[in-house]
Amino acid sequence: MIDKRVSGVAAALAGLETGARVMVNGFGGAGLPIALVKGLGAGGAGGLTIIANTLRMIESHAPELFTERRVTGAIASAARSRGEGTAIFEQQIFDGALACELVPQGSFVERIRAGGAGIPAFYTPTGVGTELAEGRELREFDGRPCVLETAIRADFALLRADRADRWGNVACAGSQLNFAHAMASAATVTVVEVHEISAEALPPHGIDIPGIFVQRIVEIPREDSA
Amino acid sequence: MTDRLSRRQIAWRAARDLADGAYVNLGLGMPVLVSDHAPVGREIMFHSENGIVGVGPVADAGAADPDLTDAGSRLVTLAPGAALVDSAEAFAMIRGGHVDVTLLGGFQVSAAGDLANWDSRSRVKGRLVGGAMDLAVGAKSVRVLMAHTTREGDARLVERCDLPLTALSAVDRVYTDLAVVDVTASGFLVREMIAGLDAAALRAVTAAPLEFADDVAILAPPVL
Repeated sequence: MIDKRVSGVAAALAGLETGARVMVNGFGGAGLPIALVKGLGAGGAGGLTIIANTLRMIESHAPELFTERRVTGAIASAARSRGEGTAIFEQQIFDGALACELVPQGSFVERIRAGGAGIPAFYTPTGVGTELAEGRELREFDGRPCVLETAIRADFALLRADRADRWGNVACAGSQLNFAHAMASAATVTVVEVHEISAEALPPHGIDIPGIFVQRIVEIPREDSA
Repeated sequence: MTDRLSRRQIAWRAARDLADGAYVNLGLGMPVLVSDHAPVGREIMFHSENGIVGVGPVADAGAADPDLTDAGSRLVTLAPGAALVDSAEAFAMIRGGHVDVTLLGGFQVSAAGDLANWDSRSRVKGRLVGGAMDLAVGAKSVRVLMAHTTREGDARLVERCDLPLTALSAVDRVYTDLAVVDVTASGFLVREMIAGLDAAALRAVTAAPLEFADDVAILAPPVL
């Protein structure tokens, strides 16, 4: 019998150890797995590489990841805080303590999608002529120069969605999906926090992420996921 | 000379050029104001790279859904006919040439249409590239909204950008607080200017050669 339900954040993050590469979904607050990110902060793993569109939401929900210098690498399209002043992660990037690879957002998600789809690399015109493509392999297609981008994979992907069933099928609300489908496909262990695990199978046409990409589902009450 | 345009007036002018039925992506900052000034009677579908085709108005505080945001992380609503997709598909729409227009903010635009709009070389705030590089190479038409000069008075229309580039030869049109300027094969071509500004005065705040259309119009938005 297939049953991907686990009980509690600790079980959801079991096996996430020092040195792990961890993908975190979210665009703004939509789809951000707040309970799992807090659990990552409460755990002891260090030497982490965080792969997320933006680092600011991760610092705001789990500041100890940065104050305790447990994040040593990052891949992101946005490494900037909101408002005045400098966030801890920004200062660590300035100081060289946190190695952050900045990637154009479309290439960021396509590299993850490629990682999950068994495509080792692809060419794109995005970034050609900019410093983000410096030193990289270029090739012309139909007269247009393109840069080689390589796939990204991870040990864990942490997502938040609306509903799931015991088979690991996931349905999203609003704009929660953002990077979740690509990340779910590209991680060895994909963990999804949802407000409700359906007793019945989700309708097949209403599934945003099929359970084949999902290893663990954890039910988190709405109030613990904000 | 009349006053320089406000940010909303620049957005109003950019909105005049959006056709009925167009799919349009709005960048952070001044461009997101454009949706407030869409011409009456034209149905424009606003695309947001986090996965929305058909962004509606910003949600009322009481009815806001924290799981429905646009690419600027604003809590939004959906327009009639909207579709929700994932980020990879949203960028396939961009790179695949399905988005008609992108309106972007800018720090500098060169006479060749090169755009610099993502890294101001701050030592206080970190770097954010977001989707600008994908939008600048992928949208069918790339238009930039920015003040004609920096706060210090330096020109933003330049021969060559000296800030980090977003894309080469990408920009088609620039809307500033003084003028509407096209980027052509032979450089900048002024289409519209605010009343009372003459060619010499515009050249004085521009760091690249300017040509002027035969029929330069007066740029005169309503008070906004």
